[in-house]
Amino acid sequence: MTRRSSIRFIFRGAPVEIFDAPPRETLLDWLRVQKRATGTKEGCADGDCGACTVVLARIREGQLVHEPVNACILLLGQADGAEVLTVEDLADGSTPHPLQDAMVRHHASQCGFCTPGIVMSLFALQHDGARPVTRDDVCDQLAGNLCRCTGYRPIVDAALEVCAAPVEDQFNRAEKSRRVAIEALADGVDVMVGDASAFFAAPASEDAFAALYADHPDALIVSGATDVGLWITKGLRDPRKIIWTGRIAGFDAMDRGVEGLSLMAGVRLDKAAPALAAVHADLGEIMRRFGSTQVRASGTVGGSIANGSPIGDLAPCLIALGGRVELRKGNSARELPLEDFFIAYRKQDRAPGEFVRRLTVPALAPSSAFRAFKISKRFDEDISAVLGAFHLMLDGRRVAAARIAYGGMAGTPARAPRTEAACVGLDLDAESTWSVALDALAADYAPLSDMRASSAYRSLVARNLLRKAFMEIGGADIEKTRLARRGWAHAAE
Amino acid sequence: MPPNDETPVPLAIVNKPTPHDSAHLHVRGAAAYIDDIREPEGTLHIAPGLSNVARGRIIKLDLDAVRRAPGVVAVLTARDVPGKNDTSAAFGDDPLFADGDVVFHGQVMFIVVAISRDIARRATRLANVEIAAEPPLLTIDDAIAADAKVLPDYDFGRGDVNAAIAAASRRLAGQLNIGGQEHFYLEGQAALAIPGEAGEMHVHTSTQDPTEVQHIVARVLAMPDAFVTAETRRMGGAFGGKESQAAQTAALAALAARVTGRPCKLRLDRDDDFVMTGKRHDFRADWRVGFNDDGVIEAYDVMLNARCGCSVDLSPGVVDRAMFHAANAYFLPTVAVATRRLKTNTVSATAFRGFGGPQGMLAIEHVMDAIAHETSRDPLDVRKANLYRPGGDLTPYGMKVEDPDVLVDLIERLEKTSDYRARRAAIAAENAGNPIIRRGIALTPIQFGISFTLIHMNQAGALVHVYQDGSVHLNHGGTEMGQGLFTKVAQVVAEEFGIPLDWVRITATNTAKVPNASPTAASSGSDLNGMAAQIAASAIKERMIAFAMEEYGVARDLVAFRDGVVFIGNTSLSFPELAKKCRQARVQLSHAGFYKTPLIEWDRAARKGRPFLYFAYGASCAQVAVDTLTGEMKVERVDILHDVGRSLNPALDKGQIEGGFVQGMGWLTTEELVFDDKGRLTTHAPSTYKIPVASDVPADLRCDLLESPNRVATIYRSKAVGEPPLMLPISVYSAVLDALHSIAPGRFVPLDAPATPERILMAAQALAGA
Repeated sequence: MTRRSSIRFIFRGAPVEIFDAPPRETLLDWLRVQKRATGTKEGCADGDCGACTVVLARIREGQLVHEPVNACILLLGQADGAEVLTVEDLADGSTPHPLQDAMVRHHASQCGFCTPGIVMSLFALQHDGARPVTRDDVCDQLAGNLCRCTGYRPIVDAALEVCAAPVEDQFNRAEKSRRVAIEALADGVDVMVGDASAFFAAPASEDAFAALYADHPDALIVSGATDVGLWITKGLRDPRKIIWTGRIAGFDAMDRGVEGLSLMAGVRLDKAAPALAAVHADLGEIMRRFGSTQVRASGTVGGSIANGSPIGDLAPCLIALGGRVELRKGNSARELPLEDFFIAYRKQDRAPGEFVRRLTVPALAPSSAFRAFKISKRFDEDISAVLGAFHLMLDGRRVAAARIAYGGMAGTPARAPRTEAACVGLDLDAESTWSVALDALAADYAPLSDMRASSAYRSLVARNLLRKAFMEIGGADIEKTRLARRGWAHAAE
Repeated sequence: MPPNDETPVPLAIVNKPTPHDSAHLHVRGAAAYIDDIREPEGTLHIAPGLSNVARGRIIKLDLDAVRRAPGVVAVLTARDVPGKNDTSAAFGDDPLFADGDVVFHGQVMFIVVAISRDIARRATRLANVEIAAEPPLLTIDDAIAADAKVLPDYDFGRGDVNAAIAAASRRLAGQLNIGGQEHFYLEGQAALAIPGEAGEMHVHTSTQDPTEVQHIVARVLAMPDAFVTAETRRMGGAFGGKESQAAQTAALAALAARVTGRPCKLRLDRDDDFVMTGKRHDFRADWRVGFNDDGVIEAYDVMLNARCGCSVDLSPGVVDRAMFHAANAYFLPTVAVATRRLKTNTVSATAFRGFGGPQGMLAIEHVMDAIAHETSRDPLDVRKANLYRPGGDLTPYGMKVEDPDVLVDLIERLEKTSDYRARRAAIAAENAGNPIIRRGIALTPIQFGISFTLIHMNQAGALVHVYQDGSVHLNHGGTEMGQGLFTKVAQVVAEEFGIPLDWVRITATNTAKVPNASPTAASSGSDLNGMAAQIAASAIKERMIAFAMEEYGVARDLVAFRDGVVFIGNTSLSFPELAKKCRQARVQLSHAGFYKTPLIEWDRAARKGRPFLYFAYGASCAQVAVDTLTGEMKVERVDILHDVGRSLNPALDKGQIEGGFVQGMGWLTTEELVFDDKGRLTTHAPSTYKIPVASDVPADLRCDLLESPNRVATIYRSKAVGEPPLMLPISVYSAVLDALHSIAPGRFVPLDAPATPERILMAAQALAGA
């Protein structure tokens, strides 16, 4: 068999095979409407509240991992090859799971509607979280789970108690058989559910993907569906042809060399985060605040770039670092500087049938300094009002050259050419020399006002972020330039 | 009134930190909300078609293409309403469907009824609608300029405020804009209507007010109330947003069920819920104050401009409550509290935890900070100098505060336990060496009046059955929205019968069991329903005692109920055994209890009375850090001390306090409702409307209950706890002001709410610049 015409995953302990789902069917609708499994809730159908969180267990690089995802915006086909775990799976008969028991004892539910999603997010943390699990870890894990009743304190306390103990549950005990069952699904063949006019496809190789997309340039490429999911649930779009990149062998490869970092488009954001943090600690903090745990478990670096959002957090950072993007169409590939990929609002330099294949991020030179700051109404799980990324090449205490990029300041993530030019020769020790560069920002950007921020605020904060970057690179004590959050302490170089 | 503790025996069930009765179901995903109820065969699904214009006249509503869509069963508009096309409580101004005119963006014009929710939603997009748009009134300024009001102005006060302010040695005036708030209950509005025989309708509804849903559904269907049953087991959060706002969803489901003869369900999409349903009122407070050199207020004059939106809804109560709380905990010798109830082409503002109280309080707390700044005094000292006190204990509406010492003591304790003075000094020293990151601290009190200010609503019913096996069925008019009301009332009943809590079966609120109930609102749930249930249980217990006395020939004081056992003289038998004997002796083991709150009265026209049975008190101390380059803000530590009387359940009360605090913190910080210049809500999803997440809550959160028996006779001398904590985080807002003003001591700039990073940065800029 070189091709499979079904979606397969494990549900309630047994394999499920689906031959006839509409391409846009979500996992949540399949659970709630088809299976009447109503433990998993729909809070927003927006991928923001986490009430629909389920866990997909998979084998990644030999490890059994438990990835929390938002079922509301996850296409059913994206569950292919996984063990789907929902809140109903956790109790062992009449005995509650230790996590469920702790939630009850800590009074961690009030109305209870967010609770199933919170339980599943914490289940993933309990199983996969690095020990010891800290309060900050729990808060990070829950950034994508909104609770309107409790104020979170009892939830966090319950999580800390459970994560302090060794994991001892039915999932742990059955790890071997669960692995076998998941591995049995890994057939390495192309998946094509539907026909040439309407399908959900999940090619197994990059060549098969390239060929399929060249044949169907009208198809919609989906990686994490963390934005496409909303086109369906909110935009009520009806994409007929969907190609999911999640099964392409090698498409999530990541390579860290002396030259820098190479990320294939399918690298998920949670996997990219530590590699980006190794480039610079500020990138680690940006990634920590990128979407939510659920979004980072599904979303990919390629999706973040190809989507072309003017406020995607990754693009401005990579542009400032001199990142490049590689595109492929059929059997031909090309590479261009990332900033050139973004042409205009939601318009990218991508031909029909062409896809984002790879991103490369050069290593920071020893004489270079980097800073990136994200500004949003809420710290976690919010879309940036402004993101500023600053890359200064230094000659002693003077700036020899600069690469500066912002998100949220224009229709695309964009460099600041006039400001960059004005930075040349700037003396980090003489604040009076900074104003030329600070003033130049106004010539580079004319930001819009919207629900996230006014034009005036964006302009002012963009300027202040540049100033902050100069101060910090000039040696200011980071404790006195940043709010004390996890992140700043290890952000210092 | 002296402190009073009349409960003689140790409590067995009440006052214990029992978990929420549904907690074990919540954590398993086994607690059923409306959309989880197994659908009856043939259930149809509804999606609403909404106006995309804020104000105008519908000139074309062509729904042919909608009707032709495969899977669509019916398309309904105002013409299909057999009864009254209205879902308002009293004023007749909340049409179920827009009929001719549209008055806000997001108003329902039609509904699609289809075989699936997805088909129904997609079919709404096929409508061919033309609306002749007119310029909408959107803001408070718009409405004032147009003199557009939903109701007449109203005011109360004492003395000649103009003269008193003129005579005061110091004066200040200002304006404060206070934003609204979306409830963001996690379970959106939902209802499932199941038609019965002869026009009967059973509605499963996610509402705080099943009685009102019953009444409005009946009115829409042109049926007597007795044909309609509304049932609510639980809500996935409500916070006031399912008091009046649940009626439309329920009525649409019932109408569709009537027309199609099939069960019909409407569960709003989150974005539709955001634009269709009401929110907290935004306010603009225009204030003047006269005070002495010590910061003691001599006269306060405030105009509270409330944006009520397109209809009256609950605005009379909300805006009145803002007035009742315009003084918060402070004695204002001369005072004028005036209000405008402004009409705009925005969704009608509605109940939200605090019900106007938060806005009234925020204004005076802002004034306290302004006075402290002006007099160079510690804001806490200014607050303390103005608290109600013997001889200065009359509210602006003439009610006497009988126990001002409770709050004075509470503040003293919190000031000590929070180490307020030392931390203030440390922060001042730290700020001096830190130009960018500024810290601030504030300790603010709350005094919240308990009772519905509409006096007739202060009533409750409960129905208790004891079955022959000793199990107890409990029902009352209150609804469960997560606050733990069902647990608390069950504790009261179990305590009364001396039985284990799990012998009491809590059942869904149902208009067929307890009629004519009030909404579960105004923090009154356990005060009212706890009393009604105790009265019911006590009546049954008295009959059981009478039977036991006669049967065993013992005196009344030799009969005791404890630990599931009834002790009768020298013998004892289990509660189930006694129940069985009672049944065989033809003793009635069921009772409908009824309670109405004593003492309260309010004459709105005469502007006098005692609208509240008592006050709930609390205070909190918050420390924040502000980045003056970006406006970002982090709450670093919070200390809370809150008065719960003798708690019915300390764990649930603590949950209300902490949860209320965080919700109020959201209102004052990150939660910003943005309407564009066409009147469209642009923050209509959690992607753009930001409620607090776990990391926004300070790791250092210290919450203590002040447990002292209520001095008035409430159920077990407990105090209401639902709404008051929402106002505790005014300390966060004040601490932000404190941090900002360290930039330029001696200058004061106002800070509108919510204090978003943008507002904080702009205020910092104003302070640093000029």
